[in-house]
Amino acid sequence: MSTGTERTDTVTQGPELDLPASPDLLPKAKGTLPKGTAWGVFVASALVVGGILAATGFSIGLWVVLTVVLFAVATYVLSRVVEGARKATDRLVTVVVSAAFGVAMIPLVSVLWTVVSNGIARFDAQFFTYSMRGVVGEGGGAYHAILGTLIITGLAAAMSIPIGMLTAVYLVEYGKGRLAKAITFFVDVMTGIPSIVAGLFAYALFALIVGPGVRMGFAGAVALTVLMIPIVVRSTEEMLKIVPNELREASYALGVPKWKTILKIVIPTTAGGIATGITLAIARVIGETAPLLIAVGITTGVNLNPFDDRMATLPVFAYYSYVAPGIPREPFLDRAWTAALVLMVIVMLLNIIARIISRAFAPKTR
Amino acid sequence: MSKNIEAKDLNIYYGSFRAVEGVNMSIKKKTVTALIGPSGCGKSTFLRSINRMHEVIAGAYVEGKLELDGQDLYGAGMDPVIVRRQIGMVFQRPNPFPTMSIYDNVIAGMKLNNKRASRKEFDETVERSLRGANLWNEVKDRLDKPGSGLSGGQQQRLCIARAIAVQPDVLLMDEPCSALDPISTLAIEDLINELKNDYTIVIVTHNMQQAARVSDYTGFFNIEGTGKPGKLVEMDETKTIFSQPTQKATEDYVSGRFG
Repeated sequence: MSTGTERTDTVTQGPELDLPASPDLLPKAKGTLPKGTAWGVFVASALVVGGILAATGFSIGLWVVLTVVLFAVATYVLSRVVEGARKATDRLVTVVVSAAFGVAMIPLVSVLWTVVSNGIARFDAQFFTYSMRGVVGEGGGAYHAILGTLIITGLAAAMSIPIGMLTAVYLVEYGKGRLAKAITFFVDVMTGIPSIVAGLFAYALFALIVGPGVRMGFAGAVALTVLMIPIVVRSTEEMLKIVPNELREASYALGVPKWKTILKIVIPTTAGGIATGITLAIARVIGETAPLLIAVGITTGVNLNPFDDRMATLPVFAYYSYVAPGIPREPFLDRAWTAALVLMVIVMLLNIIARIISRAFAPKTR
Repeated sequence: MSKNIEAKDLNIYYGSFRAVEGVNMSIKKKTVTALIGPSGCGKSTFLRSINRMHEVIAGAYVEGKLELDGQDLYGAGMDPVIVRRQIGMVFQRPNPFPTMSIYDNVIAGMKLNNKRASRKEFDETVERSLRGANLWNEVKDRLDKPGSGLSGGQQQRLCIARAIAVQPDVLLMDEPCSALDPISTLAIEDLINELKNDYTIVIVTHNMQQAARVSDYTGFFNIEGTGKPGKLVEMDETKTIFSQPTQKATEDYVSGRFG
């Protein structure tokens, strides 16, 4: 095995080169810092900062921040002296980028930790099998809210996936001129609609049809559809756009009609990406609270009919458990946290499903 | 199978831009016709107008007549989809369908056009087409593997197999070897020589040696300047075009003095 450092005699082919006597044309690289120097400097910075802080008064936040700053400065100076300016800049940027990553991770890990540690207490079988009917204190569960969330989100998905996908197909494959531009514009505008507006829209719509004071699961599904369609359109559009035109041409050249080319060649080629986009769109709306608060309300019992009366949903369940707890408060707060945890688990499962789907559909090369 | 093509005063437009002007050309069946000329001279555009593929681009249309054995391809009520089923095409870059296996790629034309056939008929079509494209021996043990796993030259031959599986009358080739290495190119050229026993073949190429090697007839397209339409300067038997062309421009081009 060659380690890459040993010299082997090779037969050089090609014309003889007229090499200058002293090969000093390229400036020699300066020395390099030995491997592990970065870690050494990091530990040293941590110790130094720790030592100073121990004398003045210790705080973990300050310790981390000052350690990173000192580490960045020390690495830069050390590298600049030993390795030269280019490598020093390289090392400095590496530290800055890694630090930015660390900062971005703080809220993520913090949320995850808070929800899991607070929600795990009631993450039990009873939570998944009991509703809140007749429960005033401890016990009870979110069985009704989990079903409500699944029903309403399912309805929203059933409405927005066909509409969104067909819109995207129109925009990419057929649309040109003013209509397509107008649709693209309105899709962009819809992406930015605050969710409360979607809720008010759905409530107003159903108040017109059914009468004021209406609350039903379907109204919530309509509100979620309004939020979901632009996401589905956008992601599907992007996926359809990356299908190479050559594949469409190959299909046309075989005498395949356009609609069939789209259905059998274009969409299958990018099915994984489309499925991922749709799953992420579902994950995005499943945690919406405001529109469901307005259009669906909350109830303590199981209601499986989305066209009649209030339904419970996980986000609204969590919201009400938190703002209007009973006495004692503790069991209500625990249930709110667990509802949040269940939502997170559902979203995580959706993401995993998206990955499996995209892997299953991805074009293979072997 | 195999039909004559006749172009009469063919003008091809992209919107208001006239890309090709006044082409009169007859292509005899069971021959190989090569179209040569500098880039942008309209030879690919002309080729794509033969199976109405240029219409895929918005605003493109054709004036004049293009006949396949006397049948006007641009006649009223002529469906481009039907035209394309009779005139197959092979593109510059190999483009097998990435979601399909080698087997499914070959029968894609039949399957997507709702042709009902038994498993046995499909098997026969696959073997006949792959043998026709000189690919059978290389892939017969892995027909269920994806087509995109093959090498570039094999992929191009797979695309040829896919095009001949629907048994067209004419086979159009738009620079089929420009993305391939010399060995794959040789394989495709040998294949063209065999295919002309069954098909009318029109091939666009930038490689003049290739045109001289594979074609019976050669048409030279030229363009006077950017923004001007391309024209068919001269068309004749290949050996005439390469030895004693009647036009000065053709002689300059084939001898490498410009272009």
